[in-house]
Amino acid sequence: MSVSTDGHTVKRFDQQLASLRSLVLEMGGLVEDQINRAVQALQDEDIAAAREVVARDHVVNGFDVRADEEVVNLLALRQPVGSDLRMVLSMAKTVTDLERIGDEAQKIARMVTQIYDGNSAPNARLLRDVANMARLAANMLHGALDALARMDVDKAVEIACGDEELDSEFQSALRRLVTFMMEDPRTIGHAIDVLFMIKALERIGDHSKNIAEYVVYLVKGKDVRHVTIETLAAQGRNGS
Amino acid sequence: MPELHPQPEADHTAPAPVGHRTVGTVTVDNPKIAARDVNVFYGEKHAIKHVDIDIGINEVIAFIGPSGCGKSTFLRCLNRMNDTIDGCRVEGAITLDGQDIYDRELDVVQLRARVGMVFQKPNPFPKSIYDNVAYGPRIHGMASSRSELDDLVQWSLEKAGLWNEVKDRLQQPGTGLSGGQQQRLCIARAIAVSPEVILMDEPCSALDPIATAKIEELIDELRENYSIVIVTHSMQQAARVSQRTAYFHLGDLIEVGETEQIFTNPVHKLTEGYITGRFG
Repeated sequence: MSVSTDGHTVKRFDQQLASLRSLVLEMGGLVEDQINRAVQALQDEDIAAAREVVARDHVVNGFDVRADEEVVNLLALRQPVGSDLRMVLSMAKTVTDLERIGDEAQKIARMVTQIYDGNSAPNARLLRDVANMARLAANMLHGALDALARMDVDKAVEIACGDEELDSEFQSALRRLVTFMMEDPRTIGHAIDVLFMIKALERIGDHSKNIAEYVVYLVKGKDVRHVTIETLAAQGRNGS
Repeated sequence: MPELHPQPEADHTAPAPVGHRTVGTVTVDNPKIAARDVNVFYGEKHAIKHVDIDIGINEVIAFIGPSGCGKSTFLRCLNRMNDTIDGCRVEGAITLDGQDIYDRELDVVQLRARVGMVFQKPNPFPKSIYDNVAYGPRIHGMASSRSELDDLVQWSLEKAGLWNEVKDRLQQPGTGLSGGQQQRLCIARAIAVSPEVILMDEPCSALDPIATAKIEELIDELRENYSIVIVTHSMQQAARVSQRTAYFHLGDLIEVGETEQIFTNPVHKLTEGYITGRFG
């Protein structure tokens, strides 16, 4: 009797786990695309593209429901333990965060339709921070999904630690928005739309950080949510 | 007769590091039973290899592992059931409350009253339900009168969760009960002699899920008064009833840990392979 490296004695169990994982990664790809399209629509002033993003959120929700079903089935029928249990739980949690990221992308797209629906287009200065934060947030999500696909703890730690940068970008952007509004009260309408967008991007960073933290749990069995950044960083290269 | 426990020649003041081959903490504070460097041989076969482990007070510890891994063999060392097997040799130190249970002076019958055992197949004596439970107290002279014995039988059957089902037919044969009832009868028989430790060797493997649930509920209640060691092939059962889990593999004690830890984040890859079903 020996430990098999190529999977469970029950092959169907392996298939079910693999199928859950690929479903979640596929959902991740879709959500990533939703963010990119929403931000692109903002840059292109393309209301039709933004409406497509809004409409496509139900596809994201469909993934959410399907993945949850698979999780419930795995728990009920296989009673996973050890690394299998951690896999199922981290997938279940990742799906929830991905669904919320999808909602945030939809929110951004809604703002795009709102901003370009009126008579006056917003001042380009107002939108500068959106592009910058969107790049950071999309990179975080991409990195977190990459770490998940490769079970790469170092990458996950790097992503989770990177959330601070996005948070401080958000704070600076917020200060700039307030300055614009004080300088010229006519910008307030658009500034509030932009505020909702950068808040959505900041939330996308938080959800991506969660996903990265689930990767650490999945691989190492350590719960690194709500810990200091030093403790988190210690899980990386030299961490035990 | 098997060769019994040679007195160790090693210097007792400088014991070998405990659990040096096992992942996890094998010791507990105030152990009920402490086993150190236990080796068991069946003739030439080295069935248990250098096992160190403590059994705590008021705890349920589960021994898991594939067939032939030695978990039942080790369990039987704890009340010297292996003495009855020809060619079986036990080495190392096993103490109950600090007292060496392989001491030549020790009365094995007394030991087995203190460390009771429940087997895989319910094995009631071919006697009445009453006499099954009264058997131990009678030979140990634990009751001075008939009414005292009646009380003890009733208490044991109540403890085992069987009283209400059998109180009107105590004189009927124990073998006439259902499998689950017979197993609870065997548990009542074991606790009638006021043991301190109960060893259970796959007590539910012949029972249906309802009878299994009753036994598991009983184990949980008995934990308040006894230390319980359970050998089980059902990992779900180990997870449900125990506070600590020990994983055996080919005679080695691979890993010991809190049951939650073993089933969510086992350290050793053999443990992980076994509990997740990755054995080829």
